[in-house]
Amino acid sequence: MSTTRSDWAELAGREYAYGFVTDIDSDLAPKGLSEEVIRLISAKKDEPDWLLDWRLRAYRHWLTLSEPTWQNVAYGPIDYDDIIYYAAPKARVTPGSLEEVDPELRAMFDKLGISLSEQERLSGVAVDAVVDSVSVATTFQAKLAEAGVIFSSFSDAVRDHPDLIRAHLGSVVPYKDNFFATLNSAVFTDGSFCYVPKGVRCPMELSTYFRINAAGTGQFERTLIVAEDGAEVSYLEGCTAPMRDDNQLHAAVVELVAMEDARIKYSTVQNWYPGDAEGKGGIYNFVTKRGRCAGARSKISWTQVETGSAITWKYPGVVLQGDGSVGEFYSVALSANHQQADTGTKMIHIGKNTTSTIVSKAISAGHGQNTYRGLVKMLRSAQGARNHTRCDSLLIGPDCGAHTFPYIEVKHPSARVEHEATTSKVSDDQLFYARQRGIGEEEATSMIVNGFCREVFRELPMEFAVEAQRLLSVSLEGAVG
Amino acid sequence: MTLAARTVSAHPSEGLQLPLAGWPSDPDWLAVARRGAAAWVTANGFPSAKHEDWRYTRIDPALAIPFATDTDTGRRTATGGSWPDVSLRDLLGPGLGGIRLVVVDGHFAPELSDHGYLPSGARLDSLHDALAVAPHRLEPLWSWHSNGYPHALRALSDALATDGILIDLPTEAVVDDPIEIVLLTVPGRAPHWSHPRIVVLAGAGSKATVVETHLGVPGQPSVTNALTQVVVDDGAQVAHYVIQDENLDSFHFSSLDAHLGHSSRFSSRLLAVGGRIGRHEVHTVLHGENAEVELHGLFLTGSGQHHDNAILVDHAALGCRSHQIYKGVIDGDGHGVFNGHIVVRPGAVGTDAHQTNKNLLLSDRAEVDTRPRLEIFADDVACTHGAAVGQLDPDALFYLRSRGVPHQEARALLVSGFVQEVLDCFADGPIRQYAERLVAAHLEPIMSAGRRGTDSASDSDSDSARDVSASRSRGGTAK
Repeated sequence: MSTTRSDWAELAGREYAYGFVTDIDSDLAPKGLSEEVIRLISAKKDEPDWLLDWRLRAYRHWLTLSEPTWQNVAYGPIDYDDIIYYAAPKARVTPGSLEEVDPELRAMFDKLGISLSEQERLSGVAVDAVVDSVSVATTFQAKLAEAGVIFSSFSDAVRDHPDLIRAHLGSVVPYKDNFFATLNSAVFTDGSFCYVPKGVRCPMELSTYFRINAAGTGQFERTLIVAEDGAEVSYLEGCTAPMRDDNQLHAAVVELVAMEDARIKYSTVQNWYPGDAEGKGGIYNFVTKRGRCAGARSKISWTQVETGSAITWKYPGVVLQGDGSVGEFYSVALSANHQQADTGTKMIHIGKNTTSTIVSKAISAGHGQNTYRGLVKMLRSAQGARNHTRCDSLLIGPDCGAHTFPYIEVKHPSARVEHEATTSKVSDDQLFYARQRGIGEEEATSMIVNGFCREVFRELPMEFAVEAQRLLSVSLEGAVG
Repeated sequence: MTLAARTVSAHPSEGLQLPLAGWPSDPDWLAVARRGAAAWVTANGFPSAKHEDWRYTRIDPALAIPFATDTDTGRRTATGGSWPDVSLRDLLGPGLGGIRLVVVDGHFAPELSDHGYLPSGARLDSLHDALAVAPHRLEPLWSWHSNGYPHALRALSDALATDGILIDLPTEAVVDDPIEIVLLTVPGRAPHWSHPRIVVLAGAGSKATVVETHLGVPGQPSVTNALTQVVVDDGAQVAHYVIQDENLDSFHFSSLDAHLGHSSRFSSRLLAVGGRIGRHEVHTVLHGENAEVELHGLFLTGSGQHHDNAILVDHAALGCRSHQIYKGVIDGDGHGVFNGHIVVRPGAVGTDAHQTNKNLLLSDRAEVDTRPRLEIFADDVACTHGAAVGQLDPDALFYLRSRGVPHQEARALLVSGFVQEVLDCFADGPIRQYAERLVAAHLEPIMSAGRRGTDSASDSDSDSARDVSASRSRGGTAK
């Protein structure tokens, strides 16, 4: 137990444990973006014409857009012609079973603590492992199929269930949605697809693990989850990337559709490489995530723990269409070193008696800048809708910043909206109390921070909650002063 | 006086013309500042939906009205009888008991004003005269935005404001009675803009209360683009009031900019009931340590009205405190907006900043948008904000009715309870009485209309409690 006052500089010593590179031969598309590259991606994946057509429409629309600048983050210009839009581990010969997966890849996932073997520690969680642009393995598919649940890589789903994909792709995040979603629609390479039929409760947690490995690439995956009437699914997402000096772009799209009485819980532990202590390198995490509560009494819940990425910029939202539907957003966002985060949520209340809850906990340390930006919109039809929002920010150190930008738009008098926010530093009184009882400063701070985040952590599935707490304490190491 | 006018095209696409007035009597620095401001408007255009701070407010209808028409004379002779159907004196009503200065269409009207007692060394003048006599006192005020304007309306004031009021208080001067400034808009030959400018320079340790009342004569649309600049020196105390009661065809844009010195105190209170579109900006910068600012606002937005309140509190020094409460009552198809923004600069430790916005919706078509923002760059601070939107609490209504209070009266009671928190911050005496009379007059039709309009809505879903006072902003734990 350390009782010495740590220096701010120590924060720089924070280690990123997942920064290794695995040496695999990659199949790369040429650098840059053009219709040829999109045709190439589409051809490599044997896609039907309608999907290629959709991509090209998105690309042509993207050409008319300009990059947004309203966000509260700063970064240099992105050269979209200097990105490789398709990178696949070469050894892939469509493994028939998990044993056939390239041993190098298996070793990589073992090193990440994600076991692709179905008997290991994490069994009970089905994993879709995505490396760079492609999905390399999906576990427990057979067992899930018994329950009627479809869980596969996006490419496989396009091949095996084209009607389902066609019906739902772009139904929540249309290809014209925003600059990065449009870019994703044009070049997305793989991702996960999950379909839970009527009345089925998915027998296990589903999980996608995203890994960027190749240099100079961007990752553009797409996740689509559809829960039919009365279905229920819990989905986890994790991500890491090697340490590199240049910034890599990750622009994903996640679409959730919940029909009548369906429930979807989507949890993210985001730990992309955050850049070094001077803010060099790291992932630009520009993601569009949105759920649609299409049916009455459906529920979509987002939980996110954002500790990685040089820049995080995302607003997982819920469109509350069905009467009595529920939207939830629980978030812990940590910005240390030179990390920047502009994150929050959008709750669009359309149906009657819809409710939403937003709990956001932002922690800024070092030179980190953390922004909560959220929209709560009550449309004219949202009779009796309710929202409660709570945003707390914790500041650790004199050079960081915490910002809160809520937008509340109400068009129905019976809708009730409440928003509260506080910003403060770790309380000296609390620290003093802990230290008086023989708890070291660092440990005490860690306790206080964990207590600060508890409301969100308890929403996470068990394995993730443990992981998130550990991640937070590693990330904050040395941030005490 | 001849007009040296140039015309610059500000909105070529819409063919909008900005006539730039240049007055031969302007000192050089002012001519330069006016040209710079006009050039800024030309280069940057007018606020639109694309501007984050103007997301909810459209000013296009006002832009159809010419920016300046009365530029032929530096001062218009406003006599009590020059408007055929109205006697301006009757319109002004009784004063608040102290000094009263009247500005008609942006120009000081001495014949309607009552000068009272002023402490020695204090200057109270029309801005037009002050620009001629004491330009050095005003020069710094034209350079507040030399690094760029927040929006075109502010720049327009720099470019086109020629008259208004200067209140210049020397060190330790104390003015006990409120200084009342009535800004009157009257129908002219054609709809027009006016750009009145009020400057308050409060020397160290001085003390004053300034009440701005904006009144309009119904008849035709007009645009008021008022700018008030207040410099509160070390240890000075200034209480500022704006009562906005313009006619319902008019557009009202007002900006209140205050710069606070060491241990100074400033308070701003707003009561807005008039105008078709009203935007009330308050921009306070706490430059000196230990300064304190209080901002209270109440807007009653009826059918066909739009009220936008944009508040920026900029904590730039150690140990400053700010406290804001804004409340809105929105009825009919009215639209209320609150844009509150607190910035705590790096190094401004010990800041204590609080912001609350609550809105009451009285009708199915009423609409409110609120954006309470915090931007914090220092760690040892306690900052909170809270916002709530709701309707009258059906339980409270039921409680009152079960005790024999008629429905309409019960509603009136609850609404007046809601607004009272802000009115209580108005100074005792004539100012509060005036504000309360105005509120009562504006709530009366709302309450009687509510009898039929929203009654059913609130009764039908009384199972879910909606009490706007339920939400409270909470204090931070830091010191």
